[in-house]
Amino acid sequence: MSSTVNFDAVEVGTPVPSQSFPLKRVDLIRYCGASGDFNVIHWNERIATSVGLPDVIAHGMLTMAEAVRVVTDWAGDPGAVIEYGVRFTRPVVVPDDDTGALLEVSGVVTELLDGRRVRVELTAKSGEQKVLGQARAVVQLG
Amino acid sequence: MPLDPSFIGKRYPPSESYLVSREKIVEFADAVGDPNPAYRNVDAARALGHPDVVAPPTFLVVLTMRASAQVVFDPELGLDYSMVVHGEQSFTYERPVHAGDELVVVGSVDNIRSVAGNDLLSLRGEVSTTAGELVCTARSTIVSRGTAAQEG
Repeated sequence: MSSTVNFDAVEVGTPVPSQSFPLKRVDLIRYCGASGDFNVIHWNERIATSVGLPDVIAHGMLTMAEAVRVVTDWAGDPGAVIEYGVRFTRPVVVPDDDTGALLEVSGVVTELLDGRRVRVELTAKSGEQKVLGQARAVVQLG
Repeated sequence: MPLDPSFIGKRYPPSESYLVSREKIVEFADAVGDPNPAYRNVDAARALGHPDVVAPPTFLVVLTMRASAQVVFDPELGLDYSMVVHGEQSFTYERPVHAGDELVVVGSVDNIRSVAGNDLLSLRGEVSTTAGELVCTARSTIVSRGTAAQEG
């Protein structure tokens, strides 16, 4: 239950491969169902705009789930993620069109920890704006 | 109206038990668009050393949201849900969650503070097996916009 990445091959500054994740309205509906979070601001434009949002927004938890994929794909074992935390700094706005929004995520190793663990810091952007703050994961390497 | 600070330290009764199923893990992985075979295929998960398919890092929100809801909808706390946004979230794992785990969550209020006119509510959800083994601690900050006491 640890990563296929060897701790000895990693140093501070080692990048984690970037990925982009498209998000359309249907993805938000699917996440509503799977998570049980049916807050109307994630599927109803009329209500989202009435409470001051620019449009329907993605669940912060969906953004958080997408962002950590750069870590789990890199680590090779999702069970190697032993800590993961984010701050939701800006909503991902998902317009009702054929392209939706694009979440762009990159990561870098920022700290080597005891027990062959590392801290990875993630940057998640949508439309050139950072949408997560202090997005960090601790990963058990091999 | 500002939130009552006497709620700090309050612990809620444990949730009903939740049996993690292979099907729910696949449904969740599909919903976050993640094709990782460790979420879908028992042999792939076992090849990584897991006893069964593993749950994605944020899967436990399915459970911990129930604990948060106990607090957020506690009539004595008096939070206005329409003013609430999710500020922060973290998960700290003692071990990965697998299909077949039977889990309970205990929610508690770690802190209540006011920042720039907003009430910030720090919640903790301790997820354990029904046998009492701690599996994960989830922490979240809920922001109640514009409800804190303003000076002047």
